[in-house]
Amino acid sequence: MDTSTTLAPIDARDRGGPRQPLLIVRNLRKHFPIRSGVLGRVSAHVRAVDGVSFTVMKGETLGIVGESGCGKSTVARLLMRLLKPDGGEHIFDGEAVGEAGGISVAEMRRQVQMVFQDSASSLNPRMPVQGSVAFGPIAFGTPRDRALAQARQLLAKVGLDPVLYGGRYPHELSGGQKQRVNVARALALDPRMVILDEAVSALDKSIEAQVLNLLQALRRELQLTYVFISHDLSVVRWISDRVMVMYLGEVVEIGPSNAIYETPKHPYTRALLASRPALDPDNRRLEAPVSGDPPSPINPPSGCRFHTRCPFAEPVCSARAPALGEGDVMAHLAACHMQDAASGHSKAVREIRH
Amino acid sequence: MNASGKTGPLVEVEDLSVNFVTRESNVRAVNGVTFTMMPGEVLCVLGESGSGKSVTMRALMRLLPPKRSVITGKIRVAGEDVLAMSEAALRRMRGATVSMIFQEPMTAFDPVTRVGDQITEVIRLHRGVNQAAARQRALDLFELVRIPSAQQRLDAYPHELSGGLRQRAMIALALSCEPKLLLADEPTTALDATVQIQVLILLRRLQQELGMSVIFVTHDLGVAAEIADRVAVMYAGRVVESGPVRDVLRSPLHPYTAGLLASTVHDQPPGRDLETIPGAPPDMRNLPPGCSFAPRCSLAGDDCRTTTPPAIEAAPGRIARCLRVHAPEAALV
Ligand SMILES: Nc1ncnc2c1ncn2[C@@H]1O[C@H](COP(=O)(O)OP(=O)(O)OP(=O)(O)O)[C@@H](O)[C@H]1O
Ligand SMILES: Nc1ncnc2c1ncn2[C@@H]1O[C@H](COP(=O)(O)OP(=O)(O)OP(=O)(O)O)[C@@H](O)[C@H]1O
Ligand code: SF4
Ligand SMILES: [Mg+2]
Ligand SMILES: [Mg+2]
Repeated sequence: MDTSTTLAPIDARDRGGPRQPLLIVRNLRKHFPIRSGVLGRVSAHVRAVDGVSFTVMKGETLGIVGESGCGKSTVARLLMRLLKPDGGEHIFDGEAVGEAGGISVAEMRRQVQMVFQDSASSLNPRMPVQGSVAFGPIAFGTPRDRALAQARQLLAKVGLDPVLYGGRYPHELSGGQKQRVNVARALALDPRMVILDEAVSALDKSIEAQVLNLLQALRRELQLTYVFISHDLSVVRWISDRVMVMYLGEVVEIGPSNAIYETPKHPYTRALLASRPALDPDNRRLEAPVSGDPPSPINPPSGCRFHTRCPFAEPVCSARAPALGEGDVMAHLAACHMQDAASGHSKAVREIRH
Repeated sequence: MNASGKTGPLVEVEDLSVNFVTRESNVRAVNGVTFTMMPGEVLCVLGESGSGKSVTMRALMRLLPPKRSVITGKIRVAGEDVLAMSEAALRRMRGATVSMIFQEPMTAFDPVTRVGDQITEVIRLHRGVNQAAARQRALDLFELVRIPSAQQRLDAYPHELSGGLRQRAMIALALSCEPKLLLADEPTTALDATVQIQVLILLRRLQQELGMSVIFVTHDLGVAAEIADRVAVMYAGRVVESGPVRDVLRSPLHPYTAGLLASTVHDQPPGRDLETIPGAPPDMRNLPPGCSFAPRCSLAGDDCRTTTPPAIEAAPGRIARCLRVHAPEAALV
């Protein structure tokens, strides 16, 4: 991340200046009730997001990785307030979201946009795509003609000739083209932050690379801040400045992209990276790095949630939950007892003295 | 089985075409696919969405809607002509000679019946053994695919199993009649990376122990590198390149394969643009004449837009359909 060169020309909406993180989330929680029986009584909770904290600086891309069901999309929907959090702090450019004296949810939503995985179903099938792109600005009061003219410029910006494509309906476009329209639509309200939830996952490999290049170019040109969610570790590495790894509703590791990929600290991150298929038929994996499946988020394991699958688990791991700890934005942190000299784990790192 | 099925190829597909005919359009989903497979081989079929991978697999088992699809060409499996088979012969083939696993394991199981009962039932029907023997075999299969606490898991309903366990249960179901050929259509795409690698290693082990042939459909080059002996790369309903997995991944012949390898994100330096293949795959209702890849190909010339490239054997076992790829003899002439 290089905030000095990506520094935006003064944006009237910028409150805290370049050192103020665009987003701060502390101890965010969302538990979904599960109802059962004829009375629909709440019998249990899915602990989808269970005390998540992180920061996103202006102009950076934070990647979020983790297995299916670990809570990535729930985090995204909480950040957009499509879901109401059960607890935690949510601060956008220094202002608490939805609180007295802070920024309203509506105002925050104008500055944060989202692109989902399913390119087809997020566009109105009965509207030409330029209409879909202009829809948001029109709803916010931009005159129709101006909104349409801007929409056509945006289509050109995402690589779709508006003369050829502007009047087409979604079913007349390929998957990659539809996803470009979704990106254009997200940009139509001139957001400061874009949350991309598996935005390239459904695309073919040869199209995925095109859309990734486009996203990088737009970020530079428009000084955008991204939260990029994907289960594809290689894609996340390529696009992210920092990466956050989730497991069963919690953050297990966060840090600069290179640190996460070159020197992962958490056994789960290591297993995840080691599980990637090698692109080399002469170096096949002979053994799986970890066995078993991720357990259910309804009744997560005690202590460290990874202890049921972790090759290094010791009694302390099921007894106490390891803390992620705190540090500055660029710190490389992992929630594992082996990272804590005082935990009592036999492989705990020794205190480093200078 | 006849003698030729034992010594010759297990699968021979020649000039296979599948058209879906509807009132509005004619989708040429498969356009002359040719390949052969020896017993005990693992073939990975790679290709973009809509390139005809699943339709080819379904054609091998004649699982396509008979009224709306027109199949031409030849399919021989274990020496038998699949396109000429009677319904009864097809039923015998499915499960016993060829069986299939899918991306979403829920579709293979009845949601309201315990998985163990479903597998037991299939074994009883196909093998004509009694309930107890079939049940024992189901348990053996669960242990074979390494389902922990197999005995209890037989009594689970499909939704009570995690994604990885469900996929293992489906593999157990597919193996219950000891097929000679297993068709696996993206069976690990929906799984977590840490679970996917477990299933790939399991499939490889089973394939070797049972001497079974596997056709594995995937769009992930890494998966092919982990499991394939040979790969076939499909584009717009044709196999545009096939060969041993090492050769194809290291020195692709067809420009589409080369582009696919170059644009797959895999440790490229951040901050630099990724290589891409320009344009988008063709509309299968409206295929361009000549080479279907020509509109996106950097090597294309006028000849590519008029001539459909023939299959050229560029090296032993390596075939490509591209006018820029030459057979070794051709260089001498
Ligand atoms: N509305 C809901 N009601 C109940 N449970 C939910 C709801 N939405 C999500 N969940 C559960 O919360 C957990 C986290 O889901 P989430 O969609 O955030 O995961 P994810 O990391 O995005 O997964 P994927 O990679 O599959 O998209 C899952 O167990 C999911 O089943
Ligand atoms: N029953 C059907 N009727 C009409 N068209 C069909 C039918 N089944 C498949 N097709 C079309 O045939 C073409 C090939 O489809 P197929 O399912 O084989 O693709 P695929 O290579 O398996 O793609 P994916 O990677 O997305 O699974 C597609 O254009 C598809 O829309
Ligand atoms: S805390 Fe214990 S169980 Fe958790 S990852 Fe570290 S060593 Fe493994
Ligand atoms: Mg998700
Ligand atoms: Mg398919």
